Amino acid sequence: MSQAGPEIKITKTQEMVYEMKVGDVMNRSVISVYPNDRMSKLRGILRRNRISGLPVVEGDCLVGLVSIEDFIKWLADRQDDCPIRDRMTGKLETLYSDDPLVLAIGKFEKSGLGRFPVVDREQKKMVGILTKGDVIEGLLNKLEIDYHEEEIHRYRASHIFEDIEADGTTLLFQYVVKGQDYKQAGASSTRLKRTLKRLGLQPDVVRRVAIASYEAEMNQVIFTDGGNIRARVQPSRVFLEAEDAGPGIADIEKALEPGYSTAPDSVRELGFGAGMGLVNIKKSGDSFDIQSEPGKGTHVSVSFFTNRGKS
Amino acid sequence: MKLADLVETLGLEVKSAQNNLARQVTGAYVSDLLSDVIANSAEGNVWVTLQVHVNVVAVAVMKDLAGIILVNGREPQQDTVEKAEAEGIPLMVSGLPTFELAGRLYGLGIRSANVKVSAEPETG
Repeated sequence: MSQAGPEIKITKTQEMVYEMKVGDVMNRSVISVYPNDRMSKLRGILRRNRISGLPVVEGDCLVGLVSIEDFIKWLADRQDDCPIRDRMTGKLETLYSDDPLVLAIGKFEKSGLGRFPVVDREQKKMVGILTKGDVIEGLLNKLEIDYHEEEIHRYRASHIFEDIEADGTTLLFQYVVKGQDYKQAGASSTRLKRTLKRLGLQPDVVRRVAIASYEAEMNQVIFTDGGNIRARVQPSRVFLEAEDAGPGIADIEKALEPGYSTAPDSVRELGFGAGMGLVNIKKSGDSFDIQSEPGKGTHVSVSFFTNRGKS
Repeated sequence: MKLADLVETLGLEVKSAQNNLARQVTGAYVSDLLSDVIANSAEGNVWVTLQVHVNVVAVAVMKDLAGIILVNGREPQQDTVEKAEAEGIPLMVSGLPTFELAGRLYGLGIRSANVKVSAEPETG
């Protein structure tokens, strides 16, 4: 929609002051005094709480407001101590807790007052107090929350499958694994896990893929000169492949037995080579295949169905 | 029980992710074989081990563990601490040997995941 004259743009803040209510941002823990309290009592209260004014309440009823100005005036007049009732401002401007924030802002501007007592519209009881500082703090808090949500949403690519128009969609993630690099070992799987999480895959699927990928990665680190790991992600399944160029597995059947390991002692000391790698890969997947030839290399493929247990 | 409670009761020295101790501990797992931990630990578990190299962090991340307790006063390697800090995994050190520490954890009511322990024999 185009508009003649200066463009009217509603900013986020403007939108917020219409949506938010006084009750959302007001201060609920209100310090108040009784009308029969002495003026001299104010000095300590104002200083201790670092406030410049406070409501005067009788029973549940708001009867006035006394500010630091009233106190200074009383000091300047050098009168004898008297009840607060005599020096307070009795004519009261109040806000209702369900008033929109924009109304409060207008009231602050027009009156030049520093605070408004907030009253419940039905019960007419005082429920809080609102200062300009409360308004600013409330707006900043809301902005922060909104920004945080926006950030999370932007970070999530979970809607990507809905956004892509195709009869079939496959996302391919590929990672290069360096052989014998124990410092970096596991890094590829950690990255893959984070990526799948961001895609919004079910946590259970993410965990299972991560386990299989980690074990495959460790096998490549321990036994080979390196290899790569690929994950193909489709809406209904994840297909994980780990491929290397050797040395290959001589006895695949034995390698699939729990506890069977050909890892050297130096590697076992680090806690690897427990003989559980392939077992764990097989266990975490919905289907598992391994092809290996000594001197040629090993190719492991695992499928994970994303709707497992749903139907 | 929260990690922070374990840190306090067992006098653990926290080496990383100091601000991540509010997590609820779902149980404990004790092992020095990484594949075994991968296969048998559960999310939110605290892992007791004497392995101090950087790969323990990857395992903890992979399994969403609450934290890692190193036994026998073993000092984690510098790169382990850095990685753990980056991943938000609390590394904690206990001066106790594994058996003693596991016993203390059990005494605090921490159990293994997925293990139903039958009624304990009454003593005395």
